[in-house]
Amino acid sequence: MSQKSMRQALNEALQHEMRRDSRVIILGEDVAGGAGCDGIEDAYGGVLGVTKGLVGEFGRARVIDTPISESAIMGATAGAALAGLRPVADLMFVDFLGVCFDQIFNQAAKFRYMFGGKAVTPMVVRAMIGGGFRAGGQHSQTLHPMFTMVPGLKVVMPSNPYDAKGLLIQAIRDDDPVIFLEHKAMYDMMGEVPDESYTIPFGEARITRDGKDVTVVALSLMVERSNQAADLLKKEGISVEVIDPRTTSPLDLDSILESVEKTGKLVVVDESPPRCSLAADIAAQVAEHGFHDLTAPIVTVTCTHTPVPFSPVLEDLYMPSVERIAAAIRKVAKL
Amino acid sequence: MTLHAITVPKWGLAMEEGTLATWHVAEGASVAVGDQIADIETSKIANVVEAQVAGVLRRQCAADGDVKMVGALIAVVADAGESDADVDAFVAEYEARFASEDRQIDAAPKSETVDVAGRTIRFLHVPGGDAVPVVLIHGFGGDHLNWMFNQAALAEGRSVYALDLPGHGGSSKDVGPASLGFLADTVAAWLDTQNLAAVHVVGHSMGAGVALALAAAHPVRVRSLTALCGVGFGGALNPDYVNGFVAAQKRKDLKPVAELLFANADLATREMLDDLIAYKRIDGVEAALRQLIDNALSADAVTAVSALRTGLTMPVLAIYGAADQVVRTPGADARPADALVIANAGHMPHLEAADTVNAAILRFIAAQD
Repeated sequence: MSQKSMRQALNEALQHEMRRDSRVIILGEDVAGGAGCDGIEDAYGGVLGVTKGLVGEFGRARVIDTPISESAIMGATAGAALAGLRPVADLMFVDFLGVCFDQIFNQAAKFRYMFGGKAVTPMVVRAMIGGGFRAGGQHSQTLHPMFTMVPGLKVVMPSNPYDAKGLLIQAIRDDDPVIFLEHKAMYDMMGEVPDESYTIPFGEARITRDGKDVTVVALSLMVERSNQAADLLKKEGISVEVIDPRTTSPLDLDSILESVEKTGKLVVVDESPPRCSLAADIAAQVAEHGFHDLTAPIVTVTCTHTPVPFSPVLEDLYMPSVERIAAAIRKVAKL
Repeated sequence: MTLHAITVPKWGLAMEEGTLATWHVAEGASVAVGDQIADIETSKIANVVEAQVAGVLRRQCAADGDVKMVGALIAVVADAGESDADVDAFVAEYEARFASEDRQIDAAPKSETVDVAGRTIRFLHVPGGDAVPVVLIHGFGGDHLNWMFNQAALAEGRSVYALDLPGHGGSSKDVGPASLGFLADTVAAWLDTQNLAAVHVVGHSMGAGVALALAAAHPVRVRSLTALCGVGFGGALNPDYVNGFVAAQKRKDLKPVAELLFANADLATREMLDDLIAYKRIDGVEAALRQLIDNALSADAVTAVSALRTGLTMPVLAIYGAADQVVRTPGADARPADALVIANAGHMPHLEAADTVNAAILRFIAAQD
């Protein structure tokens, strides 16, 4: 076991599965680097270096640079999965989802169902999410709620390097389309990651802080911020339990309800505009199934209902901060 | 000096801070030597701080939930006759000194790996001197970190090594024929890689069975054998534990199984369960554990290894936990006459009663040098 960045953890997951199973291929823009030009072989390894080194080990037949066409990437990926490969596509920024809606929502997500279970679609779509990168409104969104609401897709949002590796291996071994969302502010996050392969089942939440006064549910980058808020509030005498569902579909509602049964209070933190967000979804489900355990109104901490601002000052205000999370927890703790 | 500082102890090589979980003694109450003062939790385990002196607990210097550095003051024990002003002055002086000290938390030694007959074996070496070294062998489903409260404490004048058996920790998950003999051969081959010609061997549970097989095969090399709750030392293995350990896929399922390890079930913390689940999810681990149950821990294997005890030529110390629910402690007639049975300890006395175990092993080994 050693300290690795999230980038290394993801790279190891891809490398291990490509070694283990020759059907695993990678495709996307610049995943090999250089798009076949001489002299810059393996120059990039993807726009953030996650696939670096893989083309050298596995060759261009399995690490495929594509044209700048998300619809082609997704169409080829879904077709390759149907035909027996286990493709991992790099969509790059999740914001580009818009140009390949049909391939993901109407094709990949539907094959198993519409072919009566006779077809499986073992594909993974990796994409970057999240703000804080000063990348503007078209490169900073968190569109996990859109994928989560489509039956037939599984949606994964790791919050640390250990989970990232185990969940990506699980995603590649899964027989259904998996949307794997990596927060772009987390690639350099360090953590203990075993050198070996391991899996983490979908639909199993992780408790990152034990507490008894307030339950906080958070995903991806918001887990670390919620942990910091919990540590801050511990000094004020408020005991916060932080739950990271790790996957939004399937969602481990049981663990959330179990915690709310104990605390009676729920704060959901979601880096996403408020309407139709995961925060709204989890709040609604807990209101429906755990109403009698609640001793205070459910509070959500989300972004504002605006595009992600380009102004650094406004972007910082837009995203849930440690201070904003702590303030929300303080408020319900007093009720 | 009748004022005594109670501080956060350093449990384990990597411990830097602890969280005060529960006070057992209120301010103003009398304490006797050995009384439980407070529970302190680390990221690995919860443990109890015991009084080293008798007196009155005059001051609690930490509240429930406070995180304190190793060495920080948590309480003051003094005679009832000491004035409050003197206690205040003592606390102020201690805290000022503690704050001003440039505390270098000793960097935890790093584990190493070595190739042993085509398998990777991970181990941790804590150097301590030139006397005959100690080798610590963990049990079923464990790893070298099981010895975190013992390894440094035993390194008095000698090196102490703790290794991960095949199938465990950071070692290869291929367990070959999965027999005690195979595991003992692997340990012997690993001793070769470290040029360890003579060693004291300490084994826990299945690791004691491995140590027993190793000692029988290498009677000169193994200078003494200490067995903690050992397989092959008279106790009956609880199949609910080993089978439950392998079957549990989630923390909730593993919790009641892990609680069998301790006399005090609270010691099975969430962090410990998370670590065990993470280990079990590594490719190859579940298959390795099942093979070990079927081979190394089969009734025939345990009977066979028990029979080796009569032929041993080196001194043997057997330690048991009175409340062991995994390898049930045998009756007085079925265990060695000089065996040590530790009250209030379950299957992990080296964690649960680390001081007692460390003292017993140090005494026993020193007598063999």
